[in-house]
Amino acid sequence: MLDSKIPGGPLADKWTQYKNNIRLVNPANKRLIDVIVVGTGLAGSSAAASLAEMGYNVKAFCFQDSPRRAHSIAAQGGINAAKNYQNDGDSVHRLFYDTIKGGDYRSREANVHRLAEVSTSIIDQCVAQGVPFAREYGGLLDNRSFGGVQVSRTFYAKGQTGQQLLLGAYSALSRQISKGKVKMYNRHEMMDVVLVNGKARGIIARNLVTGEIQRHSAHAVVLATGGYGNVFFLSTNAMGSNVSAAWKAHRKGAFMANPCFTQIHPTCIPVSGHYQSKLTLMSESLRNDGRIWVPKKKEDAEAVRKGALKPTQIAEEDRDYYLERRYPAFGNLVPRDVASRAAKERCDAGFGVNETGEAVYLDYASAIERYGKTEANVRGLENPNAEEIRRLGKEVVKAKYGNLFDMYRQITDDNPYETPMKIYPAVHYTMGGLWVDYNLMTTVPGLYAAGEANFSDHGANRLGASALMQGLADGYFVLPYTIGDYLAEDIRTGAIANDSAEFMEAEQAVREQLNRFVSNNGTVPVDDFHRRLGRIMWDNCGMARNKEGLTQAIADIASLREEFYAKVRVPGTTTGFNPELDKAGRVADFLELGELMCKDALEREESCGGHFREEYQTEEGEALRRDDEFTFVSAWEHQGNPSQAKLHQEELVYDNIELKQRSYK
Amino acid sequence: MNLTLKVWRQNGPQDKGKLETHQLTGVTGDMSFLEMMDVLNDQIIRDGGDPIAFDHDCREGICGMCSMFINGEAHGPGRGVTTCQLHMRSFKDGDTITIEPWRASAFPVVKDLAVDRGAFDRIIQAGGYVSVNTSGETLDANAIPIPKADADEAFNAATCIGCGACVATCKNASAMLFVSAKVSQFALLPQGQPERKRRVLRMVEQMDKEGFGNCTNTGACAVECPKGIDLTNIARMNRDFLNASLTGE
Ligand SMILES: Cc1cc2nc3c(=O)[nH]c(=O)nc-3n(C[C@H](O)[C@H](O)[C@H](O)COP(=O)(O)OP(=O)(O)OC[C@H]3O[C@@H](n4cnc5c(N)ncnc54)[C@H](O)[C@@H]3O)c2cc1C
Ligand code: SF4
Ligand code: FES
Repeated sequence: MLDSKIPGGPLADKWTQYKNNIRLVNPANKRLIDVIVVGTGLAGSSAAASLAEMGYNVKAFCFQDSPRRAHSIAAQGGINAAKNYQNDGDSVHRLFYDTIKGGDYRSREANVHRLAEVSTSIIDQCVAQGVPFAREYGGLLDNRSFGGVQVSRTFYAKGQTGQQLLLGAYSALSRQISKGKVKMYNRHEMMDVVLVNGKARGIIARNLVTGEIQRHSAHAVVLATGGYGNVFFLSTNAMGSNVSAAWKAHRKGAFMANPCFTQIHPTCIPVSGHYQSKLTLMSESLRNDGRIWVPKKKEDAEAVRKGALKPTQIAEEDRDYYLERRYPAFGNLVPRDVASRAAKERCDAGFGVNETGEAVYLDYASAIERYGKTEANVRGLENPNAEEIRRLGKEVVKAKYGNLFDMYRQITDDNPYETPMKIYPAVHYTMGGLWVDYNLMTTVPGLYAAGEANFSDHGANRLGASALMQGLADGYFVLPYTIGDYLAEDIRTGAIANDSAEFMEAEQAVREQLNRFVSNNGTVPVDDFHRRLGRIMWDNCGMARNKEGLTQAIADIASLREEFYAKVRVPGTTTGFNPELDKAGRVADFLELGELMCKDALEREESCGGHFREEYQTEEGEALRRDDEFTFVSAWEHQGNPSQAKLHQEELVYDNIELKQRSYK
Repeated sequence: MNLTLKVWRQNGPQDKGKLETHQLTGVTGDMSFLEMMDVLNDQIIRDGGDPIAFDHDCREGICGMCSMFINGEAHGPGRGVTTCQLHMRSFKDGDTITIEPWRASAFPVVKDLAVDRGAFDRIIQAGGYVSVNTSGETLDANAIPIPKADADEAFNAATCIGCGACVATCKNASAMLFVSAKVSQFALLPQGQPERKRRVLRMVEQMDKEGFGNCTNTGACAVECPKGIDLTNIARMNRDFLNASLTGE
């Protein structure tokens, strides 16, 4: 049985009581303890900085040339916190409730409540660090609203919230690096975790510049290595985002939880060609003011696709604002999974609006008009003409979303102030990840997972602006406590040797895999296999899944994996800077993960959140959960081939919330 | 479109390096510059050659990792864009494009087009932070109102992505724009005041130690900066530096 180690007591008191009762390590002893943090995104930077401040010796790793470049930097829209500054009825309980409901009742109550509790400290902390959040004229912090909720609790810094938060965490990390409390390893990749007597005691790392293989020992290892959306090849993730660290941990005994729970984000720029290397997200904040539609008439959609008709020529009554039509209560602000599926439904039915038929409109015309009128009033203009109103409205929209509009224009060569944007869903985030207990410890003692790398808080669908919250909560406020409780046992252990048999064996295995790649006499580039894997995943384990497709995908991935090892060409050698070699290792792991994701999706015979099994839907086409049979977390234990993984279930118990069919109508 | 690409190849910091010429066909305007490089590398790998190494990650202009000097301009011909945001529609059929790494002695070449910008990290480590512990036990975030104009200006300075285009563009390889952006962010906010003098002194000292050149006010950096970091930041830093030098920490 999986023990999630949820503390006793009433939900709202659990975390406080837990903190009051854990063991602490005194400052002198902390100096004797080493912790490795892999990853310097929001979760990793904040964890490394906090642990170092507390007195532990920290080694931190990232594969980019600087910790500041982690994928978190790209987050656009904002970060949630239950501050209730807007006085719109927000509270810790409401944030907790929204997150559980948004996650379609597949997350753990105690973790989510703790997240909501610490959310307010995150904002305080970031402001103290000098993070320049958006403010109102009165000098106080501004908020916006995001999908799936009815309050404004999202703090933001224009469309660069992730950047500003990460630079805040990076500055805290830099402060500790300068003090010598964190030793930073840039351009280093974790190749494996090392277990000694069943406990995580270090990692094997590779210097990506020289190719040198290194053994690093520690008393505990934290993986904050991000999500694995790139298994789909095309996603909104940064090019280097990968599953390898988590997958290596999985192979060493850490269970993977709910791997099939993937978030497909409704508002991304559609695919434009075969060469495409990644997809670009248009922040969800755009759904605040933008209206999503497709033509009501098929002939209009066809004419648009052929370029014979412009969207601005389609009359109001001939437009189908399908989200507002289907979900009047939430309208364009339904959760992401719902919005994505609705777009797919319209496009599959033949109403798509670009050449491939896979795009819908996101229209700012009415927002521009609305803001323009308000602005005209504010400025006391009498009888402004339509053009004047539009000009004022565009200024407001520019101030709010300017950088996103610019980005759209650069990529598509279209002007979104004048014509609606075209958007389509794309892979964005992975709710699944390493299984962790309440302490954020995986099933391997001493091995922790934080941020997107773990599965903990978002159930089957994550609400917008909650990943940044979770990453910083884990790193600043949760791990620093929970890890101490574990390390209290280690104060007499002394330094861990890095030349034990376990380390040497792990190092040897890493060397063998690298040699195998560069000495393979293949001809096909790594990306070719990655792209093909992505296609299999998108077609069969994407927005809609079914038994037949998943079964086929499992077989296809296994044979693609064989072909990969037979035919891949990895140029260069194992020494020196060799990005193709780095990529080969990551794609090898994706080729295993994909198979496990399909197996997980196959065995979860229900629809929930981002996991939509066509066999299980309501008459209106909404996801049909099967709570009596599937109110559990699937935690997979590695057993050789991914499709032979063994299932462990963690029952989800809802004492404080009533399980309901989600409704956003 | 068909292109002739002259790409800098260099095996490491000690190697002399040279331009290598490649022909590439079938490039479309919707491709990003880095996607064009992917297509070129795909071709090189299939031909049994050694692909061109370059840095990149987010491919949406925010991580600051991509760094190509294209036809004599940092991040190429576009204004306000990084290399990854440059699209091939900025070029035309038959063009010859020269692609080089950032050149500055403080940014040694790692391989081909990838350089080592560790100096930037060390400058931040010298003082680019507010010394506050991450306990969460700080003032309430709304305890100190900050005028919107100050907050916005601090934000503008804080949007620097640390790409190094300013250094690559400057004929003296000066890092003033980068350093002043960070100094300004904190100088404009109440949280930054207690360490204001100490911060500017230490960061400038580290900048000099890294071997960046002097600023001679040519302003080329701000022209090529993809994030529009303003020259007024340099003026602000100079004032702060002078003040701190005269009055001490
Ligand atoms: C375009 C975009 C916009 C988003 N916008 C929002 C938003 O507005 N609000 C929100 O809440 N969330 C948003 N998200 C989601 C959010 O950004 C991420 O979930 C979150 O930043 C992940 O943070 P992390 O710290 O867990 O991991 P990451 O930031 O992904 O960091 C991973 C780190 O691990 C390192 N690493 C990985 N593998 C290895 C290895 N093998 N060896 C060594 N190092 C390794 C990397 O170098 C990196 O430092 C967005 C995501 C995307 C893609
Ligand atoms: S100031 Fe501009 S050019 Fe220089 S590092 Fe920052 S973003 Fe790049
Ligand atoms: S790849 Fe991130 S800015 Fe260009």
